[in-house]
Amino acid sequence: MNIVVCIKQVPETYDIGWDKKTGSLLRQGSSAILNPVDKHVIEAAIQLREGHGGFITAISMGPDQAEEALREALGMGVDRAILLSDRVFAGADTLATSYALSSAIKKVDRFDIIICGKESSDGVTGHVGPQVAELLNLPQLTNAMEITIRKNEVLIKQKTEDGYRLLKASFPVLITAEKNINQPRIPSMESIMDAYRDKTVDVWKGEDLNNNTGQFGLKGSPTQSKNIYIRKLEKGTVEILKGEPGVTAKSLIGILKERDLL
Amino acid sequence: MSDNAEKCKGIWVVIEHRHGETAKVSLELLGEGRGLADKLGTNVNAILIGENVTAMAEELIGYGADKVIIADDPVCKHYRTEVYTDIISERALRENPEIIFFGATCIGRDLAPRVSARLNTGCMSDCTKLDIDEENGHLVATKPFFGRDLMTDIICPVRRPQIATIRPGVIELKSLDRQRHGKVVFSNVSLKEEDIKVKVVDTISTVSDIFPLELADKVVAGGMGVGDKDGFEMLRELAALLGAVVGATNLPVDEGWISEDNKIGQTGKTIRPRLYIGCGISGAVQHSAGMIDSEVIVAINNDPDADIFKFADYGIVGDINEIIPAIIKELKKQKNSERDLNQIL
Repeated sequence: MNIVVCIKQVPETYDIGWDKKTGSLLRQGSSAILNPVDKHVIEAAIQLREGHGGFITAISMGPDQAEEALREALGMGVDRAILLSDRVFAGADTLATSYALSSAIKKVDRFDIIICGKESSDGVTGHVGPQVAELLNLPQLTNAMEITIRKNEVLIKQKTEDGYRLLKASFPVLITAEKNINQPRIPSMESIMDAYRDKTVDVWKGEDLNNNTGQFGLKGSPTQSKNIYIRKLEKGTVEILKGEPGVTAKSLIGILKERDLL
Repeated sequence: MSDNAEKCKGIWVVIEHRHGETAKVSLELLGEGRGLADKLGTNVNAILIGENVTAMAEELIGYGADKVIIADDPVCKHYRTEVYTDIISERALRENPEIIFFGATCIGRDLAPRVSARLNTGCMSDCTKLDIDEENGHLVATKPFFGRDLMTDIICPVRRPQIATIRPGVIELKSLDRQRHGKVVFSNVSLKEEDIKVKVVDTISTVSDIFPLELADKVVAGGMGVGDKDGFEMLRELAALLGAVVGATNLPVDEGWISEDNKIGQTGKTIRPRLYIGCGISGAVQHSAGMIDSEVIVAINNDPDADIFKFADYGIVGDINEIIPAIIKELKKQKNSERDLNQIL
């Protein structure tokens, strides 16, 4: 069972603020972390390897510091880590990202399953899984809450709005994972040390992917962000209901009645 | 696919349906698409894929479709990425639509990026507003930056079609016009079951007892201030008395106090109920982006400086553990007196 996992380093979103007075992004204190669902992706891959044997390759595209995310993956137990880092990848939208990732995966010897997170916590588009699947001409099984391997088939429980579906496909296949698929393990101190001391992260450039580099980065991106503006979340003035809880409760119910909301 | 925007004509809306009923977001998109088509001087086509779905076409015309393109075949019985992608893409390659819209639902989010990669074009996801740039006719898709109170306009200026997924509930549903006329055409489905790689073994509906949050008329939502699972039990009691559905912000869901299905906001659902009561909610954009269009917003929070008071209509500053029980008590009293009154009458 050879598995490729695609992971991403993301900003710790909640730390980033917007200074309404100066109009600039406040970046201090915003650290980069492994995309939260990707820990579950790595755990899912490790569990499949434990059950069926095999080899796990983790791939990430990002700036040099994204190596950190791959070290974390190595610490959790993936066998190989590849970082796609090059200026030609910069400014990529999801399609250009998917081109780079799928070109890299084509270079990985042989794989049975690719696992991606359902979405990243910064872009939250959920595009990369389906786009990589299309570019590699693979069936896609998205939003997996469970993965089961049965002989030459893989079954997943796919989350839907009102429940789930059981889907079946043969290999090779691309799966996107939900957070509730598992509880990621906490790597031992020793294995974290190993990840930093003894293991390597291979760095691949655009030219290593043997591809038309015009499909990467900003150049290969069909979409552009045009304007960025502050979303106004202010209505009129609020009417504060005053008094003891019993009194405010009565006033509120009075208002709801009056507005025909009871 | 086509870099020649001039050649491309028409707005397509991919219709989602379940048990013979059209998803509300598809109807919202037909109305919105019709308005945008007026600006572009073009038509709206509804793409209806399924088995025995032909009867649904009339409603789609009534909501704004000028033409309904139907692919009706047993292989389309269940939604499957590859079947839908093949049908939509093949037709798109022949007819060169300018724009294709999908709902930002589980299906839309699975399908739209796949179609975009097949057609080598851009995909703009989870949009909350759509418009046409009058200067150049480009689609301008607005979406929130996740986790920040920022919005951005996204465009796909060169490649066609322009593909976008739009969140359910952000566009107001236009009224049904039964007098509207439209065409119905059929698309041949050449796919054979044996060629399709993914099989649907079973479909299980687990959310049957509550009706979905996004359709609720009244919502009682809780944030971290609710404190724990028991706190949400208190909200459920309040919701039951009001005939409301319970919702939540991100953190209570992450804490496991309440299910993911109840999440409102940028990574959850977008709602526009008649009444929203926010309990122990600060009003951060991650949540408020999903409820700001509620008609009447009531906020209960112990912090008088909480952001939620900036956009609430009515506010109560205080401990929700004292205020909510007081409201519950008062509502029960009212129900009892109504009942007594009914008995007397």
